[in-house]
Amino acid sequence: MSDEPLVLGIETSCDETGVGLVRGHTLLADAVASSVDEHARFGGVVPEVASRAHLEAMVPTIERACETAGVSLGDVDAIAVTSGPGLVGALLVGVAAAKALSVGLDKPLYGVNHLASHVAVDQLEHGPLPEPCLAMLVSGGHSSLLLVEDVTTGVEPLGSTIDDAAGEAFDKVARLLGLPFPGGPHIDRAARSGSSVAIDFPRGLTSRRDLERHRFDFSFSGLKTAVARWVEARESSGEPVPVGDVAASFQEAVCDVLVRKALDACVDRGVEDLLIGGGVAANSRLRSLAEERAAKHGIRVRVPRPGLCTDNGAMVAALGAEMVVRGREPSTLDIPADSSLPVTEVLL
Amino acid sequence: MLLALDTSTPLVSVALYDDGIVDTATSERPMQHGEQLAPMITAALERVGAIRQDVTAVAAGVGPGPYTGLRVGLVTARTLGLALGIPVYGVCSLDVLGVEAADTAGEPVVATIDARRKELFWAEYDEQGQRLGELHVERPAAIAERLDPGRLVVGAGPQLYPEAFARTGAPERPSAATLALVVAEERAELVDPEPVYLRRPDAVAPGPPKKVS
Repeated sequence: MSDEPLVLGIETSCDETGVGLVRGHTLLADAVASSVDEHARFGGVVPEVASRAHLEAMVPTIERACETAGVSLGDVDAIAVTSGPGLVGALLVGVAAAKALSVGLDKPLYGVNHLASHVAVDQLEHGPLPEPCLAMLVSGGHSSLLLVEDVTTGVEPLGSTIDDAAGEAFDKVARLLGLPFPGGPHIDRAARSGSSVAIDFPRGLTSRRDLERHRFDFSFSGLKTAVARWVEARESSGEPVPVGDVAASFQEAVCDVLVRKALDACVDRGVEDLLIGGGVAANSRLRSLAEERAAKHGIRVRVPRPGLCTDNGAMVAALGAEMVVRGREPSTLDIPADSSLPVTEVLL
Repeated sequence: MLLALDTSTPLVSVALYDDGIVDTATSERPMQHGEQLAPMITAALERVGAIRQDVTAVAAGVGPGPYTGLRVGLVTARTLGLALGIPVYGVCSLDVLGVEAADTAGEPVVATIDARRKELFWAEYDEQGQRLGELHVERPAAIAERLDPGRLVVGAGPQLYPEAFARTGAPERPSAATLALVVAEERAELVDPEPVYLRRPDAVAPGPPKKVS
C-alpha cells in the first residue's frame, strides 16, 4: 500500500477551489471551497468573482485537505493541477499554487486536462478504469463524448455540444421557471412532481439529416428556446405554468438525447463500459435512464457519486496518481493555463 | 534569505536578499506571469547556489495592479510560505515605487501603475518615500488636475500618458530588489499578502429572461 504515490491535486477551472489527496486509487481527502453563492445573484459564474475567491480559498483548502487526510505536505510525492480547459484567470490561481508547491516541496508537477480528470476520478470509487471505455462528460461548461483508450495519453473526442452545454441548459430553464442558480438540482427536484411526457420538447440533433453530420454531437440551445416559447405561451394566455411538468419534460429531453447518443457511441466503437461524469451526472433521471437502457445493450454504466462528479481536487489527484504509476514525464514549471486546452492533450 | 517578488505590472520581478541584494531578475516577456514566475524563482536560487530551504521569508508586492498577474504573485508567495513553513509579507507595490523614486530624486513624487481601462493606480509620497494619503484609481487627466504641476510623476503613467504629466521620471515600475530593501529596512508598512484591487468585480445582476416569441 505505502509504495503507492501520495498525490495532491488542485482544481480551479471554474467556481470551485478543490484540493484532493489520493494514494493510488484511495481517496484520502477532498476539500472543496465553492464561490457558487457569490455567483447566484448574477445567474451564472462571474470570472473575476471566481478568481478572487480562488486566491482567498487556496491555502486554507490545502490545509484542510492535509488535515482530513492526516498527512503533512512534506509526505506528498507529486502535485497535479488542472491546466485547462476553464476560465483562464481562475485556472492561473491553481496552476501558480501548484507550481509553488512543486518548488517548495521539490516534488514533480503534472499539469493535466480537466476533462480527463472527470474520467479518472471514477477509479477512486470503482477501482481501475476499464480501458477502452466511453466517457460522457456533462456539466455547466462541457458536454462531450470521449473514447478513452488510456486516460493518461489517449483520449479521443467523438462529439460535443455545438452550442450550450447540458448544465447551461438546466441553468437557463431553471431561470425561466423562477428556480435558483445552479439549476440542475432544482430542476431535478421539481421534475419529481411532474410528468416527463406532459410536453413533447424537441431532441436536438437526432433527425436523420443531423445524424449524418452530428451523430455524436449535442445541441441544447433549440430545446431551451422551445421551453421558453412554451412557458411564454402559457403566461400570455393567463394560465399557470406547470413547473413540475415543464421541468420533467425538459429533463427527459436532455437525458434522452444524452443517453441515446452515448449508447450509440458505445455500440459503434464496440465499447462495453460507459462512464458518466461532470455536474449533470448528479441528475437522478440521467443515472436511471442510462442504467435502464444500457442494460439492454449489455453495457455497464459507471457513475461516481455526486460529490465526485462535480468539480473537485480529488479527480485531479486521481489522474495525477495515474500519471505517476504509468511513468509519465512530469510537466515543466513554465506550463501555461490554457482556457481551451483540447481533450487530446491530457498532460502538458 | 528573503525571496521578494512583484507581479503588479506586465513584467515579473524577482530578487533574493541576504544581508544585501544577492540576485535580481526581470521577466523577458511582458504578461504570462503564470508561466514565468516559478522558473524565475528556481533560476535565481540556482544562480546564488541556494536551495529552497535557505529561503526564510517571502515578500510580495500586493499591488494595486492588473488582477490576473497580481494573483499569480500572491498565490505563489502564500503557497510557497505554506510549503516551506516560512512567513509571507506583503508590501504595497506603489510604496515600493515611491521609495525608489523619492530616493533617486530626493523630492516628493507621485507613483503610478497601469490600471487598464484608461486609468492609473496612484499615490503621493514625500521626499523620504513615505506615502501621503490614500491609494487611488483614476484617469490621468483627473490625477493631473489634483497635482501641483511641478510634481514629479513616475511609473507607468509617464509612458502610457506622456501628454498628461509635465514632469516625469524613472523608475517605470516597482522592482523586487527595492521591495526586498523596503522590507529589510522597514521603509514601508508590512501588510498581509492580500491583493489591493481598488475596484469591485464588474458584474451586474441579470434582468428578467428575454422573450423569445
